[in-house]
Formats: sequence, C-alpha cells, structure tokens
Amino acid sequence: MFVINCPYCGERDQSEFSCGGEAHIVRPKQPTELSDDEWAEYLFMRKNIKGVQFERWNHAHGCRKWFNMVRDSSNDKIHAVYKMGEKPPAI
Amino acid sequence: MTKYRINKTKFVDQTKTVSFTFDGKKYHGFEGDTLASALLSNGIHLVGRSFKYHRPRGIMSCGSEEPNAICQINDNTDLTEPNVRVTEIELYEGLKASSQNCWPSLNFDIGGINNLISPFLPAGFYYKTFMWPKSFWKKIYEPLIRLSAGLGKSPTQPDPDIYDHKHEHCDVLVIGGGISGIMSAKIAAKNNLKTILIEDKNTLGGSTIYQNNKNFIIDNQKSNEWLMNEISELEKLDNLIIKTRTSLAAFHSYNYLLAKENISDHLPLNKKNGSIRQRLWKIRADKVIVAAGAIERPLIFNNNDRPGIILANSVKKYLDFYGVSSGLNNTIFTNNDSAYETAVSLFEKGISVKIIDIRKKSSSNIVKNAKNLGIEIYWNSTVVNTFGYKKIKSIEIMNLSEDGSNVTGNKNKIQCDCLSISGGWTPMVHMHTQSGGKLDFRERDQVFVPNEKSENHINVGSCNGDFELEEIVKNTNNKVKKFLNINESGFDKISVLCSKELEKKNIWLLPNTISEGKTKSFIDFQNDSTAKDIKLALREGFKSIEHVKRYTTTGMATDQGKLSNMHALGIIADTAGVKMGTLGTTTFRPPFTPLTFGAIVGRSVGKFFDVVRKTSIHEWHVQNKAKFENVGQWKRPWYYPINSENLHEAVQRESKAARDSAGILDASTLGKIDIQGTDASEFLNRVYTNAWSKLGIGKCRYGLMLNEDGMVYDDGVTTRLGENHYLMTTTTGGAANVLSKLEDYLQTEWPELDVYLTSVTDHYSTASICGPNSKKILKKLFPDKDFSDEAFPHMSYQDAIIDKIECRIMRISFTGELSYEINIESKYGKSLWENCIKAGEEYKITPYGTETMHLLRAEKGFIIVGQDTDGTMTPIDLQMDWIVSKKKYDFIGKRSLYRSDTIREDRKQLVGLLTDDPNEILEEGAQIVSELDKKPIEMIGHVTSSYFSPNLNKSIALAVVKGGKKMKGQKLFVPMENKNINVTVSDFIFLDKENKRINA
Ligand SMILES: [Zn+2]
Repeated sequence: MFVINCPYCGERDQSEFSCGGEAHIVRPKQPTELSDDEWAEYLFMRKNIKGVQFERWNHAHGCRKWFNMVRDSSNDKIHAVYKMGEKPPAI
Repeated sequence: MTKYRINKTKFVDQTKTVSFTFDGKKYHGFEGDTLASALLSNGIHLVGRSFKYHRPRGIMSCGSEEPNAICQINDNTDLTEPNVRVTEIELYEGLKASSQNCWPSLNFDIGGINNLISPFLPAGFYYKTFMWPKSFWKKIYEPLIRLSAGLGKSPTQPDPDIYDHKHEHCDVLVIGGGISGIMSAKIAAKNNLKTILIEDKNTLGGSTIYQNNKNFIIDNQKSNEWLMNEISELEKLDNLIIKTRTSLAAFHSYNYLLAKENISDHLPLNKKNGSIRQRLWKIRADKVIVAAGAIERPLIFNNNDRPGIILANSVKKYLDFYGVSSGLNNTIFTNNDSAYETAVSLFEKGISVKIIDIRKKSSSNIVKNAKNLGIEIYWNSTVVNTFGYKKIKSIEIMNLSEDGSNVTGNKNKIQCDCLSISGGWTPMVHMHTQSGGKLDFRERDQVFVPNEKSENHINVGSCNGDFELEEIVKNTNNKVKKFLNINESGFDKISVLCSKELEKKNIWLLPNTISEGKTKSFIDFQNDSTAKDIKLALREGFKSIEHVKRYTTTGMATDQGKLSNMHALGIIADTAGVKMGTLGTTTFRPPFTPLTFGAIVGRSVGKFFDVVRKTSIHEWHVQNKAKFENVGQWKRPWYYPINSENLHEAVQRESKAARDSAGILDASTLGKIDIQGTDASEFLNRVYTNAWSKLGIGKCRYGLMLNEDGMVYDDGVTTRLGENHYLMTTTTGGAANVLSKLEDYLQTEWPELDVYLTSVTDHYSTASICGPNSKKILKKLFPDKDFSDEAFPHMSYQDAIIDKIECRIMRISFTGELSYEINIESKYGKSLWENCIKAGEEYKITPYGTETMHLLRAEKGFIIVGQDTDGTMTPIDLQMDWIVSKKKYDFIGKRSLYRSDTIREDRKQLVGLLTDDPNEILEEGAQIVSELDKKPIEMIGHVTSSYFSPNLNKSIALAVVKGGKKMKGQKLFVPMENKNINVTVSDFIFLDKENKRINA
C-alpha cells in the first residue's frame, strides 16, 4: 500500500486514490478523420510495462484532482508526481 | 507437582493452579503455562492425528511453527475455534481443548487404517485415483475422505466477540522481542524516535531469556540474566510502546504493516466479558527493524514423527522457561552445537541424556562442557528407526559412511521416552520477502538470508543469519546505529563471550538401510508428505518447486511449511543434482500465522458492514410497510404490499393505479450533478450524443452518455436552469462514476472549458407524481400556478413555492404518463411527500416502488441502463438512432459508432418479445434460440426485462437478439428446463406508441 504525494494535498494513503491507467495518451482532436486502426490505437492500446511507467491517478477520496505519477511497477517506487498539463520529468 | 514439573522458573507461578480439560478429562497446570507445557507436565504427548495417515502425533515445538499439536478449543460453544496450536494457547481457568482429526477417539482412530494402506497413498494419489470414474467422486470418494480427514470444526453460531482495528504511525517499528529486537528498540527509543516493539509471545526475551549456560556471557553475566535487566530498563522508556501477544501478519510495501494483538484470548471465560478479543493494528512506520528470529529445523529420518520427538530447543524452553521436562530419559539427535545446551541443562537437572551427532566431532566450548559432565555422545551416527506407537519408546542408530550418503555397521538400540532433534536453524525471512526483499543462499549454514536493498527496513539477529551470540549482539548494534544514523548506542563497549560452532554438517535426508519406498521420513508433518513423495514427484517430471509443493501438498498446511520448506528444497536439490541457491524458494505470503476472520473485518459487521443511504422520505416508506431493495448503497422502496399481497399482486395494483389515476414515486436517489460555467452548454454537447446548445432556459432534455468505445454508459434528464447553469440527473447506481468520468474529461482533455461540477444528489428530495390525475393534484398543491400545456409543457421546468419553501417542478416522464417531479431541499422531502399524499387522497394516489417503475417504463419501451444494456450496447443497437446527433462534429464515443465492429448488422439489438401464451412470463436472463433441432443450439440473445402488464393484460418482455432489428414478427424460442416457450419478436414499445398519455 503506497503513500502518494498528491500535488494538491500532500502525502496520503493509497486507499484514497484510484488509478486511471497509462498517462499522456491524448484524445485525438479530430477523431472523425482517423482510420479504424488509428482510433483503435488510441482507444485500446496500453503498455503496462514492468518497470518505470507514467500513470494517471485521481485523488478520488480527497481533492478529486487528476494528476500524473511516475511509478516503477516492478517495485512500486514512485519517482515523481506532477500536475496535469505539466511536462513529464526526465527519469 | 507432577513428576515432569521438575524445575521452578520466573515465568510460571507454581503457586497459582489453573485447571483445564483436554478431551473431556480434567488436568492442572499453572499460571504462565501454555496448553502445551501444561499437557507435557501431565505427561501427555499424544494430542492429535495426522491429516492423511491418521498417525498419532505429539507436541513438536513451542511456537507458531507447530505442525502437529493443533486442537479445537471450547467445542460446542459459540466461542469455538478450530486448528489452534496448543503451543500458542496461554492456559486459563476453564479452558476446554479437544483433539482433531480422529474418529471415534484420539486413542482409537479408525482412520489409522490409512496408515496401513499407505503404500497405496502416494503423492498425487487423490488426483490420480479419484479422478475416475467421475461419478464416484461425488458419491463415494469425497464423503469417505471428508469423514476421516479434515481439520477442526467450523463454528456454527455467530461469533459473539468484538474485534477492533487501529491505525498507528511511528518512526521505528521493531518486529520481534528477542535479544536483537530488545537492543534495537532500546537504541531507537533512547534516541528520541517514536518506537513500537511487537512480540507475539506474552513475554519479551526470545530464546536468550532461557539461555542459562556459563558458556554464553554478556558483560560478565549469563546471557539470560543480562537480558532480564535490559528488559526491565526497556520498560521504563517513554517513547516506546511495547506490544506483547502481538504478531506480525503482513509486511506490505511502503512500510505498511498489519499486526494482530490478542487482547483477551488468554483470559478466563468469565473475565473476557465485553472485552475486545483481538485488535488488528495497521502500522505505517518510517523505518522497520525485523528481528523475527529463527526456527529450529527437524531432521528427516525414518519414523521421525512419533509423539515424544521434539525439537531440541523447544525441549530446553519447556525445561528452563516452563519448568517441565519433556521426558525422563532423553536422547538428543543433532547436526549442530545448539542442542548441546539442551543436553547440559537436562543433565544438570538430573535427567538422563545421550547425544547422537551426525558430525565426526565438534571442538566448541559447549560440546566440551557436555563431555566434561560425562554425557555420552555417539559421533558420526544417525537414527535409522524409532519405535513406540503412541509415544516414543526406543530408537535404532547406525554409523554414517565416510561421505554421509549411507549407513554402516550394526544397529544399536537405545531406550528413551523423548527424542530431542535439531537440524540447525532457519532464519525467519518471511517478513523480508513479504516486503518485496530478495534472498541469498548461504552455503556454509545451508540457509537463505535477506539480500538487503531497501533503505527503509533492515533485518537483525538470527533472521538475518547471525547465529552466534557474539555476532548477534555486535552486528545488531552496528547495523541499527547505521540504519538510524546514531553515533553512540550504549551497547558499544559490551563484552560477549560465547561458545562458537566450528564444525558444520547438514544432510537433508538421512540415509537408511531400507529403501526409501519403505520408510516414512516426514517432511511436512501436518500434511503427511514424506521424502518419498517428493522424490516421486521429481520422477514424474515435476521440476518447479511451486509444482512439487502443490503436487505433494508440502508446505500447504495451516503452518505454511515453516518446518518443512527447507528440507523439501534440499531434497529436490540433492535428487536433481543442482545447487540449493539456484532453485529459488517458494513464495512466503501473508499472513505469517493464520488470522481470524473477526480480526480481518474488525467492526465492519452487521449494520456497520456498509454505508446505508436513505432518502429523507424513508421513514414514511417504513411506516407504510414498504419492502425495500438495495440499489447501490441506497434503500429504495421496492413495493408497498397491502395486507397479504405478494410482489406480483402489489405491482399489478400499483401500476394499474399509476395509469388509471395517480401514482407517486420517491425518486430522490437519482444522481444529480449541478453544472455551471460559461462553457456548460458546450460541455454537455461533448458528453451527450444529442445537441444541447439550443435547449431553452427552463427546458428539460433526455440525454444518452457513451463511453469512448461507443457503448451506452448512462442516461438521464438534464434541465437548463439558467444561461450557464444545468442540473443533470444520472442513474441511481451510476452517479459517482459519471461524476468522476466527467471530472476526468474536464481536468485532463478539456481544461480550457469553464465548467464546474458539484454532486447535489443528497441536497434534494424528489417526489414523482404520474397518471392522468397528476395535473389536478399539482394544481391542489400549487393553486397559483398555471399547469396548462401551453404554460407548462412537457419537458420543461418551473420554480415554485410550497409551504413557503422553494422547490422546482419538472414536467418529465419515465412512465409515459402525464408526470411531474418536484425537487425540494432534502430536509423538507418528507413534508412535501406527505402534502402530495394528502392532496392526492381524493384520486386514490398510490405510492409505487422500483418494481412498478420498471414495469411502467417497460410498457413504454424505455431502457434501464445496466439492465437492458451491459456495456456492449450502442445507441444504434438500442434502436435509439434518433438521439445520436449527425450534425455534431464530436462527442464522447462518436468515432466508435462506425468502427467495423459496431456497424455489424448481426450485433445484439433491442427488441420486444411477446409470448404466444399471454399469461406466460419469461425469466429475465433466459436465453433465446431460433432453432430447437440443430445441435449445438446457437444462443442468439437473452431476455433483459420481463413483466406481466396489467394495463395490456399480457406478458411483455424486452430482449437483445442478434440482428433483432430485422426480425419483427419472427417466431423464436426460449428454452427452459422443462419446456420451450414460443415467442414472437415485436416492437419494443408496447403501450401508447403515439405518446398521447403524456398530455392526457
Ligand atoms: Zn489531493
């Protein structure tokens, strides 16, 4: 059970948060111009790698804010948290 | 005093007698005893039967590793508990314990027959034999196995005890109250760190507290005496919490740990009253120091499981801690020096003792001590057999060959009533691995030790592979200082003298003269798996330790193989000819020792099990005898039976009344989201499939929300309250998820939109009045208001005042009837409702519940998201093309509506179904087929909603059917267990297709 440093509230127990999967997948601005394959790439394809990955998290039972987090899925070490819209840190 | 209670100690108060029963017979022990020490003091070794062969088994250890001596306590009461280790039960007045796994009695066990036919019960026997013929399993094999095997009995009554949870934060958590744990806790607490020390026993001190040998000296005192002083100093420290009777259950990442504290298990029944039984501690520690100790290993030889065969250090604990001698004629069988401490202590108390050592010699001080006392030692020897059915009587020993792989010479028989065995020590690395740590194999001691990488926890003492007293003390001191960044500890100048083990030898499976197939060399005592079983598994091709474990069930009993895992690994390595370190280990999963369900759930039982949400009108529903159904956490009136009406009868009456005159529904539970901001209209355009920009202020519109994959997610009516202000309603169950999804889009995809969302579900109560007389009732409630269709048309809202309280009236309909919903601040909900009932009296206004609501909407073919949809239905599948805007450039899910998969014509589509027999009501969930003869029968759909409509006087159903849109009029079948029901595909709007009633 991690301790997550919400960029708005500070350190809180993991039980207050929910994970929203891979981060930095931007919704296409013009979906109608995409082929089925291109749309499917956006809609379905996620990495879920073993190692350092960028994830979306929501402080669901707190400030309700979404933010991004860099976590190593092999040992749960959290390398960084940063607000939506901010540039991902170099890891 | 019994003849086995030969010693007085500080830990057992022999002036305070405690009586207890075992298998119905009364015995005495003393305050401070465990059930195990009390039984041994009465000469009782046999306490249970083994799981598979029903062999007599006795007490083997003195702690949580005990595999054999498990019992049922307080049988036939609501406090009963099965599979309790007698080594862990503290004796209390009136304790009732009984043996398990034996029928009809412990001394005559019919299942013992399994022991005689054991050549036919090899590893995997159950998998192999009982597979065939299949029908035999259920009727013959399983009942037989269940009768003769099985662990204890589950309680049959509700658990009367109270359990508790508590959260705790600390700087340092020390796990284990032995010598290294005590030192660690002292160093931490003395340096102003908030420290918690947990220990599973009722006293601190570990095994050093009864190490009373002159070869183990700390600061010129015997190690036990030195430690006793340390403990009394420890108890004076302020910022240290000492929790005894508290065992670590789990060590999760980020130093989050669970520990179970026994609060009243050790108290007599009359003192337990009202007390909390156990408390689960949820600890977040900045730093964790694991000082969990080590467990003594058994030795694996033929018939090594008889009652009276006990681990050597446990024999010492019973003697020097509890004052009980496990036998009067003791033999010790060892591969290491530690058992010599037991021998010396027994000898000094006048107990006859001999030593059998597999080593050729040992030149340590403790061995010299034993020699000097004149204790007979048989070097380079091994036990090849043991005798005595219910208790050991004698053993046979032989010499080992030069390389230890075989036995030589003659058998030598030795009489004994207790055989103390020691195969060395296994560090308790469970906590370390639970936290994610890895292990290294140390060849010299044949042990796995922690490979420490974490900055936030360390292992000290014997759980870290330090076995000699001197290295334990020195290493603990140095390591803890470094870990906590401390310069001086108070232990820096300590002097330690101790006997050191110089000769080491380990043989995982001791050799014998007879072939393995004919020996019973137990590895896992509780599950009765032997060395032979493991070798068989290897011969049959199992290679992975995890597979061998499951096939032979080694390590899978309630003790989780604390004593057996290392030997299983060792024998696999030897047999397969590979190195131990390369095999890996099995995974150690939490909990370390079994947890009670009570401790896990804590106070979350009964009415605290989950949050219950009630509307402000709830009390009225209760008074009017509503039956409730759970919708998420909400309690919603399901139906309101009058007299002895059943569900069907009540629903028929309620739904008829709603269409013929007036009905009233508590709709407060629908999710409500207040939407404000200059971009609110644009936001709705993006989240709903239809267009919102042109909706006038004061108007309402139905909306359908999709997932990005095009599937229907939620629906509801949204009202435009002002230029930049909307009130959205969602389904009752979907409210929280819809809000979270909308927030997600606002915050991450469209942060440029000026929109604010607030959940107002609990702010308003809603009374929904429908039926041809609803307008007249509203007129009575709001005499000043013009309810004409021109002034107050369908799909519009108006502010109003009732009893001086502001409210909103929406003219919307989920039943197809003329219908009004009145929203009022929650605290006035009940009075509004009562006003409505009063005003409706002359029209026989009828309260109706969710079941009637479902029926009424089904007559109109309105879907319920989650009942008629299941996350695979697009609006097109639902034949709701009309609500999907062709003009809007984009909305959530739009692109997915013309993916190759979503435009397939043979997708499941919503249809109506009419049964040929109008009185036949289909079962919701029933499968639909088009042909009965073709096999296998293809399922082409299923029934999603089904009712008997009193307004149409026939059965109606909604269903999803492959390609259903084009099947209108087609005959299909719904096969049920005893019959096939003939149905015809119909339009799914069954009543009032022209929507005349809405303006009735
Ligand atoms: Zn937050």
